[in-house]
Amino acid sequence: MKECRRWENEPIAGIVPEAGNSVKYETGSWRTYKPIWDEKKCNQCFRCYLFCPDMSVLLKNGKVSGIDYRYCKGCGICANECPKQAIKMVLG
Amino acid sequence: MQEMVALTGNEAAALAFKQIEPDVVAAYPITPQTELMHDVAGFVHDGEMRTEFITVESEHSAMSACIGAAAAGARTMTATSGQGLALMWEMLYIAASYRLPIVMANVNRALSGPINIHCDHSDSMGARDTGWIQLFCENPQEIYDSIIQAIRIAEDKRVQLPLMVCYDGFIISHTMQPLKVLDKETVQKFVGKRQPEFSLLNVEKPFSLGALDLPPYYYEHKRPQVEAMKNALDVVLAVAKEYESLSGRRYGYFEEYRTEDAELLLVGLGSFTGTAAEAVDIARNEGIRAGLLKLRLFRPLPKEALSQALKKTKAACVYDRALSFGLGGPLAHELRSVAYETGLKVPIASAIYGLGGRDITEHDIAAHIRKLWNDYKKDSIKMETEFLNLCE
Repeated sequence: MKECRRWENEPIAGIVPEAGNSVKYETGSWRTYKPIWDEKKCNQCFRCYLFCPDMSVLLKNGKVSGIDYRYCKGCGICANECPKQAIKMVLG
Repeated sequence: MQEMVALTGNEAAALAFKQIEPDVVAAYPITPQTELMHDVAGFVHDGEMRTEFITVESEHSAMSACIGAAAAGARTMTATSGQGLALMWEMLYIAASYRLPIVMANVNRALSGPINIHCDHSDSMGARDTGWIQLFCENPQEIYDSIIQAIRIAEDKRVQLPLMVCYDGFIISHTMQPLKVLDKETVQKFVGKRQPEFSLLNVEKPFSLGALDLPPYYYEHKRPQVEAMKNALDVVLAVAKEYESLSGRRYGYFEEYRTEDAELLLVGLGSFTGTAAEAVDIARNEGIRAGLLKLRLFRPLPKEALSQALKKTKAACVYDRALSFGLGGPLAHELRSVAYETGLKVPIASAIYGLGGRDITEHDIAAHIRKLWNDYKKDSIKMETEFLNLCE
């Protein structure tokens, strides 16, 4: 059972009264297909980074460095957009 | 000092809109929209009303625009009728669950099909579970007064719900009657300025409205709407009392006519009740102890007060201008439910009338009262739904 917050204490209209809290919701559990990024094939064009709807393409020192599986829903847009087939979608 | 004017129901509503002068009005001229919005658009165009009038591409969009405007903190109003209300349906629930005090005039008309634009209550009855407060009016005076009161009821901190002011298509909307009106300054003072609890335009306090709400909390976010409706019962009376001190006109949950010693109580909504009062007079002249209850507040249903009214009578008949297919008259069944909940044994008959604008006269109602009275005297009030003035 979830922690139970009584209805009387909930904010009106179910509003979310704080900004920037979507990081608290790890949507990675929704995933069926998982993107696998191949560093060797990647030409660092950033298309995956720009297209990812969940900001789940990780950058390190200004370069693509992997996928954030805590949030990646497995939509496959990155694999579809990649001009070098450096991202493959695999089950699981 | 109040001015006496002659206005149609729509003109009376438009005048109330003008004197309230909301920040935003969004509307679409679906068939059947009414002159109400033509008049409001005219006032805005002529500079008589400083209101942002948003023309949209459908009634669904009209309600969507109202939701956006109200969430931004604007005092927001609109109007619709019949099919238009049906097209708004999805957004009606959203307006109520977002707790946005939008005030809408609804000109009651039949729903298609077959296509018909004349009066019945199918449109607002279809919206009875959307979470909107619903007030029904009998004449232009009540329309004008109720729209002004509606702003205060809807925006009250304890309520914060949208409100629909309903009145009968053609019979009231297009019929001219005398009424007394306040001056704009008095109305402005009465409605005051909207003080929204939250506003999307307030960048100091960012928040999200309308987020996905899954099983863990959706239920907890619906429950407060029940409380808001309950609070509306008190607020409707408080606002009516304050309005009475300005206007001299008294409003409540309902109005009773010749009920003091009535043994047979007629219950109805809207323009029917004016005609039914005449029928009560006819019946009284024949020695029939009939009385009338004109329900004004349909949502929230004032159960306690209705129970008190039913307690005084021996039998009742509820007249519905709408049908819940597979059940019967919606208001009749709600009254029966009130009686059951409060332990009353009073038999409540159910009659359907006037669908699609079928006329009903005081003589039709008087004839029905005679029949009910005979049944009552034989202790055999029928429970089956009756269909008045149907060719059969």
